Amino acid sequence: MAKDRMTGSEMIVKALIDQGVDVIFGYPGGAVLPIYDAIFQQNHLRHILVRQEGGAVHAAEGYARSTGKVGVVLVTSGPGATNCVTGLTDALMDSIPIVCLTGQVPTHLIGNDAFQEADTVGITRPCTKHNYLVKDVNDLARTLHEAFHVAKSGRPGPVVVDLPKDVVTTEGTYIPPARARHRSYNPQVKGDIGRIEEAVALLAKAKRPLVYAGGGVINAGPAASQLLSSFVEMTNFPTTLTLMGLGAVPASSKNFLGMVGMHGSLEANMCMHDCDVMLCVGARFDDRVTGRIDAFSPNSKKIHIDIDASSINKNVPADVPIIGDCAYILEDLLKVWKARQAKPDGKALAAWWDKIETWRGRKSFAYKNSSEIIKPQYALDRLNAKLKGRDDVYITTEVGQHQMWAAQFIDFEKPNHWMTSGGLGTMGYGLPAAMGAQVAHPDALCIDVAGEASIMMNIQEMSTIAQYRLPVKVFILNNRWMGMVRQWQEFFFGGRYSESYMDSLPDFVKLAEAFGAVGLRVSDPAKLDDVIDEMIATPNAVIVDVEVDPAENVYPMIPAGAAHNQITMSPDDEAVLDADRREEGMVLV
Amino acid sequence: MNNNDIRKATIAVLVDNEPGVLARVIGLFSGRGYNIDSLTVSEVDSAAHYSRITVVTRGTEMIITQIKAQLGRLVPVHKVSDLSAEGPHVERELALVKVASTGEKRVEALRIADIFRARAVDSTIDSFVFEITGSSEKLSAFIDLMRPLGLADVSRTGVVAISRGPKAI
Ligand SMILES: Cc1ncc(C[n+]2csc(CCOP(=O)(O)OP(=O)(O)O)c2C)c(N)n1
Ligand SMILES: [Mg+2]
Repeated sequence: MAKDRMTGSEMIVKALIDQGVDVIFGYPGGAVLPIYDAIFQQNHLRHILVRQEGGAVHAAEGYARSTGKVGVVLVTSGPGATNCVTGLTDALMDSIPIVCLTGQVPTHLIGNDAFQEADTVGITRPCTKHNYLVKDVNDLARTLHEAFHVAKSGRPGPVVVDLPKDVVTTEGTYIPPARARHRSYNPQVKGDIGRIEEAVALLAKAKRPLVYAGGGVINAGPAASQLLSSFVEMTNFPTTLTLMGLGAVPASSKNFLGMVGMHGSLEANMCMHDCDVMLCVGARFDDRVTGRIDAFSPNSKKIHIDIDASSINKNVPADVPIIGDCAYILEDLLKVWKARQAKPDGKALAAWWDKIETWRGRKSFAYKNSSEIIKPQYALDRLNAKLKGRDDVYITTEVGQHQMWAAQFIDFEKPNHWMTSGGLGTMGYGLPAAMGAQVAHPDALCIDVAGEASIMMNIQEMSTIAQYRLPVKVFILNNRWMGMVRQWQEFFFGGRYSESYMDSLPDFVKLAEAFGAVGLRVSDPAKLDDVIDEMIATPNAVIVDVEVDPAENVYPMIPAGAAHNQITMSPDDEAVLDADRREEGMVLV
Repeated sequence: MNNNDIRKATIAVLVDNEPGVLARVIGLFSGRGYNIDSLTVSEVDSAAHYSRITVVTRGTEMIITQIKAQLGRLVPVHKVSDLSAEGPHVERELALVKVASTGEKRVEALRIADIFRARAVDSTIDSFVFEITGSSEKLSAFIDLMRPLGLADVSRTGVVAISRGPKAI
């Protein structure tokens, strides 16, 4: 038999290896048993058996985001594939490169309502960057290589390859990864130099500049973050990051204003509103960032760098649009800046910083601590303190108040260490994502900052964590409420707490033990530090049940649909920002 | 032109002729709430497996730019061209129009068809099928005139379009 002749299943294994894959997250079933048989007979690919397919996609996302590589998923037809829909949508919204292989009924049964048949390409068309149904084994290898190319190039995203059972059992010819350019899909990476020159001219003239960067910088690789940080340092421009962009410039940088958006810092949001030149790098003016769109940053010229042309001019018109990869464009931007010996307007910048410092002085993330009850912010403050100086920490979150507090209180010095479901806001993301990050970095400290409600959404993955002895830490800020829902009900629904109380919660300590992990509980602020130390020191998986103040709200808050300067500060904030604005903000409360 | 003015755009899209490609395009329009006034598709190069889709849509300048960018990022899409914005172009549509009538109305229908350069491609004692090509407006005008004359059935292709001059898409 010629060396390149093999069955479809063998081809899949070979294609994955040739693509540099070492781990796949999956769950078997009838339609993929031939593929599982091929996996059994080799030693290059490690398969992580999850407990629900949704967990496999989030784990692959965690793997991808913490490594910069493509995450790979293998699931069976029908329910295996449909269970992936949430994860795929999550990866699409957050631009995470995933290749998801789904089993399918044999080609002659497609359309027959066969057992475990689902129209996977139909169902996943709107929640993938692209998808394929492979009907001929001789197209299989090329399609798989193309799937990897599409998933990781341009704006990354999830790609589904649907694999009918007869295709994977038939013999065909394997071809290695193609060097050839794709026929139609070849995203532009270099930015238009004329536009970059325009951007430099605008930035050099700015009186109140602001750098606003997002997940695109992270996706463009660590070099992009490095370049961005150099630019910010060189110019002394104030810089804010989106939820997705945390780590793109070091949190410790004096230029970093904290996160922007609905629960971002006062200084970041006020800068957004008042700046005169905005350099947006790999961010997309999401509604949780812009607030009321017609009141968004009314007096600024906007430079928008993005690899996806459809992100530009979508929500906010750009004065200088630059399409391409952030890393290439930032490199050129720096070159042009230096070649022109451009200098920021020092005097204006100093005045701008003075203004910023007064906003900063308000310490908008501040909270009133207590010696009786653990404030959720305090728990994260302490966790952050214990993580200081370590560069082997990967933080994931679930979705809710704890997620926002984690974004506010945990400092990220580098990209790829922070993973949260930004675009879709998927409760249940954090545990499998932390598991995926831990698989990629076995010796690292991977922590899922969780809420007690969210953690229940994919709690079954504790069993996967046990099977592979992954020392994942789950740090639950247990407020006994769907806190974020409760907060909105308090503010906008007259305190009618409809179905947001988490009744009949499990005993998380016993739950940890049931899964072979260590369970810890703490409710006394004085004992918090010891418990965090113990969690970090424990070589096994740990669930920490941190009983926190159930009444705490996330501040500041720009109510949905309000302008940035209508930000609502914590009630503990004594000073009054601007009486009119505050009142206006309060109308919504 | 004001930023919020709605304009019509005739967009030509060159795609790989592969299964699902039309569903991707239609799904994009429905999923993002864009208008489709008309949509046509057919293979135009069987050797290279290219199909050409012509979409007539409406929106503000910002929306139309969005539509083009969204189409452009679909993997099997090769080229997107906003013919309405990119210079002069020719638009044509074909309709088959069935008119069922007798006597004076039948004669009048034939007379108007002649003025519009519509051809009768089927005829019975009490009906005609006219074939008419031209701009969508011309087709609509013809169909309106046929209404009181026994209009029975209409089938229209939707718009196909191409730019004027030597340049290809
Ligand atoms: C899958 C899913 N369902 C529902 C929601 C809506 N939602 C957002 S936050 C939240 C409550 C989360 O509660 P918890 O995990 O306890 O976090 P907390 O806000 O209390 O920190 C809900 C229900 C969601 N984001 N995801
Ligand atoms: Mg909670």
